[in-house]
Amino acid sequence: MAMEQILELLQDNAQLTPKQLSVMLNESEEAVAKAIAQYQREGVIRGYHALVNWERTETQKASALIELKVTPKKDTGFDEIAGRIMNFPEVESVYLMSGGYDLAVTVTGRTMQDVAMFVQKRLATIDGVLSTATHFVLTKYKDGGVIFQSEYEEIDERGSNLCD
Amino acid sequence: MIEYDKLVNSTAKQIKPSGIRRFFDIASEMEDVISLSVGEPDFHTPWHIREAGIASLEKGRTRYTPNRGFTQLRQEIAHFLLRHYGVEYDPQGEVLVTVGGSEAIDLCVRSLVNPGEEVLIPEPSFVCYVPITQIAGGVPVIIETGPENGFKLTAEQLEAKITDKTKLLIMPYPNNPTGAVMGREELLEIAQVVERHNLLVLSDEIYAALTYTQEGHVTFSSLPGMRERTVVVNGFSKAHSMTGWRLGYAAGPKEIISLMTKLHQFAIMSAPTTSQYAAIEALKNGDEDIAYMRGQYDMRRRLIVDGLNSMGLRCFEPEGAFYVFPSVKSTGLTSLEFSEKLIYSKHVAVVPGDAFGASGEGFVRISYSYSIQHITEALARIEAFLQEV
Repeated sequence: MAMEQILELLQDNAQLTPKQLSVMLNESEEAVAKAIAQYQREGVIRGYHALVNWERTETQKASALIELKVTPKKDTGFDEIAGRIMNFPEVESVYLMSGGYDLAVTVTGRTMQDVAMFVQKRLATIDGVLSTATHFVLTKYKDGGVIFQSEYEEIDERGSNLCD
Repeated sequence: MIEYDKLVNSTAKQIKPSGIRRFFDIASEMEDVISLSVGEPDFHTPWHIREAGIASLEKGRTRYTPNRGFTQLRQEIAHFLLRHYGVEYDPQGEVLVTVGGSEAIDLCVRSLVNPGEEVLIPEPSFVCYVPITQIAGGVPVIIETGPENGFKLTAEQLEAKITDKTKLLIMPYPNNPTGAVMGREELLEIAQVVERHNLLVLSDEIYAALTYTQEGHVTFSSLPGMRERTVVVNGFSKAHSMTGWRLGYAAGPKEIISLMTKLHQFAIMSAPTTSQYAAIEALKNGDEDIAYMRGQYDMRRRLIVDGLNSMGLRCFEPEGAFYVFPSVKSTGLTSLEFSEKLIYSKHVAVVPGDAFGASGEGFVRISYSYSIQHITEALARIEAFLQEV
């Protein structure tokens, strides 16, 4: 349990080394390294990514949130259909939802056209998919817990005010 | 030509300006500076607190408040002090809401000190106590603390400076710039001297919420016999990351608080209204914010202390606030030389320790009110710097 703080810290900053984590948490470096290895082995830690704001780059990206209504299978429920969907590399996430639709799928492509084509050709045609509703992302204000919009971005405007 | 020099108030004129302005001017003109010099939280004011301020503006709550501050705010302050530090204050007569802790310090000194009376100021410490004392006509008497006692005040050091003119002792703990914290046992020894010599105490506890010891923060007024002699100063700047809202408070005997209120009433009228609404929210629903931020600071503290020690800049363990105060004596440089060379060669800004009193010479103040990435980069630069010196 105490070691689960490692997860919080790494989720926030995956670049922290076992040495740094051990100092911050008052644990031995070996214990921290061992815990991380175990988390990786058990699939608790699933990867380390950079959080990229693609809108600031030359690379074109378009993403959409797609609401799917599907017919669950008798034995496997939603699992089988979700499994078919998540195998596409274009698909970033698949969630089973409560409420007005069943699966929320986020898809990223090079252009909106690409995404639209993917939905038409790949998703809508899957056996058991009753309907799709595609919502394109216009701007990402905040993603992965980080604010992207420049006017709200973290700016350090603190001066060296000695009267502190 | 008017000769302002001859016209202006001579006390104000004689107050020394902060000795390191020039140094900060260098930093501000440099690109790619990694600063470790600020004295305020890097966390934003928690959103629910900002929202409470905004909501009050939307409702048009933009008028003066009572001189002492909203009754509800004073009640919440009293609850907070009881809940966290176990001291009881009557919100009606024993609490005053001020424009930051700084105003409370100023009011307290001006309410207590007569011209010629002495104010005991442990150093290194926050830069305002000496000038405030001088403006009030008092005589600042410096008590130099040092690394041999972890920059804590000892009863012997205190006793040695007491004269028949001594009126007030300032207790600046948790300490800026050293991070020193005084525990109950250590404070009890001070309290005995205070009682024996019939002193009053201004306990500046603005960093109280950022105490990392097992024991936690001990309010000076919670010591036996000290409540009636102590004005406790605290506020929202550090505990709730609300520096720009300018809101603090004083709690103490009603006779002193009512004098302070009188001065406050004529000079300030009342503390900012929007800030008071936000502060009510901060006290009602902000305990978790404090715990979270303290946890974050604590991890950074360990990281930076370990980093500095392992590169040969010895620092005793700071137990409060968000500063470390490493010795730079091993480099053979003075505080100012070290800081200047560091900023010129590696673009890292720290504050020379002697800015906080002569006894800070040989040390620098490093703030860890920065992100881990920022601290890591700064530590790498300092390490590279040490290899060149």
